[in-house]
Amino acid sequence: MAFKQYAVVDKTLCVACGACEIACPLGAIKVHKGCFANVIKDKCVGCGKCENVCPANSIKRENREGI
Amino acid sequence: MRVDKKHWYDYLWIWSIIYFSLGFFNILFAWLGMIDFLLPIILAMFGGNKFFCNHICGRGQLYFKLGEDFKCSRNKSTPKWMASKWFRYGFLIFFIAMFGNMVFQTYIVASGAKNLSEAIKLFWTFRVPWGWAYSGSVFPDWVVQFSFGFYSLMLTSLLIGLIVMILFKPRTWCAFCPIGTMTQAICKLKNRKSNK
Ligand code: SF4
Ligand code: SF4
Ligand code: SF4
Repeated sequence: MAFKQYAVVDKTLCVACGACEIACPLGAIKVHKGCFANVIKDKCVGCGKCENVCPANSIKRENREGI
Repeated sequence: MRVDKKHWYDYLWIWSIIYFSLGFFNILFAWLGMIDFLLPIILAMFGGNKFFCNHICGRGQLYFKLGEDFKCSRNKSTPKWMASKWFRYGFLIFFIAMFGNMVFQTYIVASGAKNLSEAIKLFWTFRVPWGWAYSGSVFPDWVVQFSFGFYSLMLTSLLIGLIVMILFKPRTWCAFCPIGTMTQAICKLKNRKSNK
């Protein structure tokens, strides 16, 4: 089942702190090589927990296409 | 909650509390804080990652615990400027300058031009007598002077972090933490090829 929304990281704003990684209940977001966070689109259910904890306002949720 | 199981390093927020408590009893313990300065930089330089920030920073964990688990944070968005590049790098430069000043003060005491000052300075302004945490040691005065200076820096940054934790998000401090900014910059430089 695919969920309607998923998280998207603005790489220019992300400070790579890793708060989102701790907050995500599904392990769907990970910091990539200390540079910025990456979302594993297929795992993400769009719950917004990462968005809530991000100190740099770098996560937004977007609608998946075709749903 | 997280899916992966807990590791020993998920409890390092306790280390943060111990560190600041030790400074109340003997200021020489302040030197232990150098671990939190050097380890993230070593990991970023040689590992090319922010494993320190992402997994083992006791301070980040402590803010998260207080703000998220104990609901001490208002959970409002961090102001845009606070997470902006110019503020982050500006604060990093300011922090390095203050660190340099502290090393200079240590040097002055080492050269004998000034006596040891048994006080800590909060927010680089307010002098707080801290003599109870030092009653002589086998170490030369400059070692002790560095302890007071370094503990001042650590305590000041902890307090700033706590204030922004309450006002904004639990880990708002991490948005402009000098160590975090520095390690991310190192990682970006190191990984610039693979990120293209
Ligand atoms: S929206 Fe939810 S599932 Fe998706 S990355 Fe964020 S916390 Fe994880
Ligand atoms: S919480 Fe925000 S700033 Fe921190 S790593 Fe995740 S996306 Fe980046
Ligand atoms: S940004 Fe600073 S306080 Fe936050 S996890 Fe990294 S080193 Fe710790």
